[in-house]
Amino acid sequence: MNIDQLTVKSARTAVLEKQITATALADAFYKKIEAEDAAINAYLTLCKDRAYAQAARIDTLADKGDPLPPLAGVPIAVKDVFTTKDVRTTAASKILENFIAPYDATVVEKLENAGAVILGKTNCDEFAMGSSNENSGFGPVHNPRDPSRVPGGSSGGSAAAVAAGTAVASIGSDTGGSIRQPAAFCGVVGLMPTYGRVSRYGLIAFASSLDHPGPFAKTVNDAAILLEVLAGRDPCDSTTADVPVPSYVEQVGRPITGLKVGVPAEYLGEGLDAEVRAAVENGIQELASAGAEIVPISLPHTAYAIPTYYVVATAEASSNLARYDGVRYGLRADGKTLAEMYRRTRDAGFGAEVKRRIMLGTYVLSAGYYDAYYLKAQRVRSLLARDFDEAFAKVDVVVTPTAPTPAFKLGEKADDPLAMYLADIFTVTADLVGIPGISIPCGNSKEGLPIGMQILGKHFDEGTVLRVAHVAEHVLAGKNG
Amino acid sequence: MVTEKDVAYVAELAHLELTDEERARMLKDLNSILGYIDRLNELDTANVEPMAQVAARYGKNDAQSFAEAMRPDEPRPCLPHDEALRNAPKSDGVFFKVPKVIER
Repeated sequence: MNIDQLTVKSARTAVLEKQITATALADAFYKKIEAEDAAINAYLTLCKDRAYAQAARIDTLADKGDPLPPLAGVPIAVKDVFTTKDVRTTAASKILENFIAPYDATVVEKLENAGAVILGKTNCDEFAMGSSNENSGFGPVHNPRDPSRVPGGSSGGSAAAVAAGTAVASIGSDTGGSIRQPAAFCGVVGLMPTYGRVSRYGLIAFASSLDHPGPFAKTVNDAAILLEVLAGRDPCDSTTADVPVPSYVEQVGRPITGLKVGVPAEYLGEGLDAEVRAAVENGIQELASAGAEIVPISLPHTAYAIPTYYVVATAEASSNLARYDGVRYGLRADGKTLAEMYRRTRDAGFGAEVKRRIMLGTYVLSAGYYDAYYLKAQRVRSLLARDFDEAFAKVDVVVTPTAPTPAFKLGEKADDPLAMYLADIFTVTADLVGIPGISIPCGNSKEGLPIGMQILGKHFDEGTVLRVAHVAEHVLAGKNG
Repeated sequence: MVTEKDVAYVAELAHLELTDEERARMLKDLNSILGYIDRLNELDTANVEPMAQVAARYGKNDAQSFAEAMRPDEPRPCLPHDEALRNAPKSDGVFFKVPKVIER
């Protein structure tokens, strides 16, 4: 069986129809990972014992002719910021290099309850802080479409694994664009659900009010299948919303005639790569041809999203990362006093970008600066939310580029944190506002690099986002051969 | 403008020490990033409520936001003692061990 083209849907069907066992499927993926992943570095840890035990359970069900769950036997990779019981969980940080998680994240539990075979844990920027995966404590990930380029970040390993075919689908987390931007760079589908739609329990916290778990897949339909498994209220995460989970798969395939698609002028202005602009404008044109009404809109505070984000996210991070102190788990460096032990542990365990964000976050929360920075940013966050409230009074979805350029070269922005932060300029606002968004491939640059188109929707309206994404995916696939 | 003194003070608050090289780099980076963040002052936000949580703005209906999610305060099973200690860098089997805190 050629496993490269497998989707969630076709992999499950293959197991269901006994074309292959779940065990043989896991074998085939591990062979591919062992042959090809050294050049990509998408995986940090493989969890074979766990994967084969799960595959055996699925094969027993299939042998007995029992009904198979929705992800039965589907090989999936999970970003290494989600805890996995008895499996190393590092957040790509040296400070957690030898951490064996004592419990499963809700996302992991839900995947396995739905029959998924978790192959391993994927590389990412340390504590999900980065836009290129170069901040990993365990080496960068290379973009499978061009190994001299970054896969995007922070969920670079999860995007690269799907693009390389070393997983059928994967899970990432999006705090400022960390699912959608790497999806765009690697040419796959990446979905960030509404804040509160998918549980954060067991997700190693970066910025708690912004962290969104979500899936990567090869197709929009697969993303819908995965979201249906992942979504829902979780008693272990009080920010998950008690909103019924609809059938997202049913939404996929419905026409978009009469739907209103907003196109914000601010997202197609200066600084946008010409090829990205052309590809996204073409995508918008195709949506119009498919029956959508294109409505020019304005999101006037867009230029303030990045500065707002780097205050809110770093403030929350400085608080969340205070727990890494060498006492209960993780790295410990020796020190004569408790304070010295803390400092030496954190100096040795954290990488440069993580230290930079802890410092920035501590600064904006410190006495005398709290009002000027943190409170100010929270007020601007309200203005950004208002922009979208007003837009969604007029339109059903908003369509933009996912990132201002295609994937850049490894090392290109590594010495300029501000330039790196601007790679998230089109994605951070949705995180701050909490609305869902998807990135889908919408063509390639002349150099053959994938370009992503972003579709944003109303809170808890992933159904419409997926519906529009699916239509775009199909008309664009037809055009691009 | 962040000064060398500020960097030292904030590092102390954050329980980081940082090498001389790291401090010099941090001074440059923080000033560059905060300079960019200063553009938030172009906006008049005097009458705008701060937004700390998405859940506070949205909910089932206008009266009940998701930020008000409550649950009964009941005991539930928690991580067993030995499992909680399994990742400890130093422990005596009952407690986490740290360098001496109180001199006597």
